[in-house]
Amino acid sequence: MAIDQDTVRKIASLARIAISDAEAAAMEGELNGILGWVEQLAEVDVTGVEPMTAVIPNKLRLRDDVVDADPLTGGNRRDDILANAPAPQHGFFGVPKVIE
Amino acid sequence: MSDLTNLTVAQIRDGHRAGDFSAVEVAEAFNANVAGAKVLNAFIVETPDHAIAAAKQADADRAAGTLKPLSGVPIGMKDLFATHGVQTTAASHMLEGFVPRYESTVSQKLWDAGCGMLGKLNLDQFAMGSSNETSYFGNVISPWRRKDGGNAALAPGGSSGGSSAAIAARLCPAATGTDTGGSIRQPAAFTGISGIKPTYGRCSRWGIVAFASSLDQAGPMARDVRDCAILLETMAGFDPKDATSLDLPVPNWEAALSSDLKGKKVGIPKEYRLDGIDPDIDAMWDAGIAMLKDAGAEVVEISLPHTKYALPAYYIIAPAEASSNLARYDGVRYGLRDLPQGAGLQDMYAATRAEGFGPEVKRRIMIGTYVLSAGFYDAYYTQAQKVRTLIARDFNTAFESCDVILAPTAPSAAFGLGEKTADPLSMYLNDVFAVPASLAGLPAMSVPAALNREGLPLGLQIIGKAFDEQGVLNAGLAIEERAGFTARAEKWW
Repeated sequence: MAIDQDTVRKIASLARIAISDAEAAAMEGELNGILGWVEQLAEVDVTGVEPMTAVIPNKLRLRDDVVDADPLTGGNRRDDILANAPAPQHGFFGVPKVIE
Repeated sequence: MSDLTNLTVAQIRDGHRAGDFSAVEVAEAFNANVAGAKVLNAFIVETPDHAIAAAKQADADRAAGTLKPLSGVPIGMKDLFATHGVQTTAASHMLEGFVPRYESTVSQKLWDAGCGMLGKLNLDQFAMGSSNETSYFGNVISPWRRKDGGNAALAPGGSSGGSSAAIAARLCPAATGTDTGGSIRQPAAFTGISGIKPTYGRCSRWGIVAFASSLDQAGPMARDVRDCAILLETMAGFDPKDATSLDLPVPNWEAALSSDLKGKKVGIPKEYRLDGIDPDIDAMWDAGIAMLKDAGAEVVEISLPHTKYALPAYYIIAPAEASSNLARYDGVRYGLRDLPQGAGLQDMYAATRAEGFGPEVKRRIMIGTYVLSAGFYDAYYTQAQKVRTLIARDFNTAFESCDVILAPTAPSAAFGLGEKTADPLSMYLNDVFAVPASLAGLPAMSVPAALNREGLPLGLQIIGKAFDEQGVLNAGLAIEERAGFTARAEKWW
């Protein structure tokens, strides 16, 4: 099923990527080329086949219920976390005003 | 003294231990090669001081009798691994200037073992590409040239193209790579070096910039099989910070290396014989079969019936996971922010992502967003995951009658920069032999096997059973010993 430029713009909007009309036009052809190619998967008989969920069987673990059990991924690292933020303010992530 | 940059990891380790040279001499020699090869654009950031500091420590440790397993060995680090205090970009504008306050598990293990870092290696942007042409920081140029007298710049492969070029050009003895759909094996094949992607879960993904989490796997790239075994032992191991990390002991792969394949069966997948493929590729494959027979193995034909569906399944699954993983780049927490005058939050997201992502990354996010969107999820994504089950099942069935599988790594030798960029599909097809093992999470490696008629290296791929890196390394060693591949790129840079 081919997609048109309106669909390209809708996908871009869902993906939060601003695109120009010229980019939408170019992407229409590229995405249709790729989607047309992957559509051959529809011819595979998958009756009774479960979709893969884990490529190597592996049981999900629960960590011990301990606060800051791992110093790297625990708490109390505000300054480290904000160190690469583009606009930190007063110890928080800064964003444009969202409520009038 | 002979040129220290011609030594392998094992030779550096053992020579340093024996007192043949100092680690500082080794680091200085590689730093000089790095500084003299800027035209290759293999590094995004050079870290000569890091290499020297580790070398001084190695020399002190030797004097004190406290040597570590890899003391004195400098390496290159693919710029997909977060390194504390050193810019980590994934070759993207989005992460330009991002300086992690933490260290990836794999790189930490290498530093703990005594390695030093020569620099952060260039790659395809967010590891999305097969030629290193999607990097925001420019193409890497392969040190190899065709012997036709022309000077056409060739691709070093991708996404680990900085790693492959740097090793082939003797800028580092070894480097880290990551492999999502062939990103260690294909660049290794293109540049005449070795590289192994271990079983999914062997190496922790913690601190590696995520592309497609169910496929991403780190591994070493080096000049020979032994070096790959040495580095993989250091890089692998259980990490509670990665939910899919394998809680298994790390075998002593180097000590168990053996090229005696008596009693082993090698499967040759008939579906990998592609019509119209370069005859040099088929000739190399046949030569590889003869080498493994010579090593004592029995060769059997096997069938992997869903092979032709692996690439299309990959190009649904990997973009789907990428679209989800890359949603984190929002201009709020780290990385680029583009805030147009008067824009609100949603406009800031869209502007930031338009500015920060390159065309291939946008293309894959868009494809992923589409195949996961309401109404198309089952037709594309669920169908692809079912096909992935069938591909894994194909391998399981094949491994009932063989121990390892032998195939080419890539369908061609290195192509010229710019030759495939106009058509994304033709670029994707370059990973036709690499992607199936990725989808099945299996260990697979590429070893250099021959030169084609243009004088460019070709690689053979060995695919093993889950957890059987040893079988893969041993078959790789058998080929390495028989192929006698000693060719190297003539220095022009």
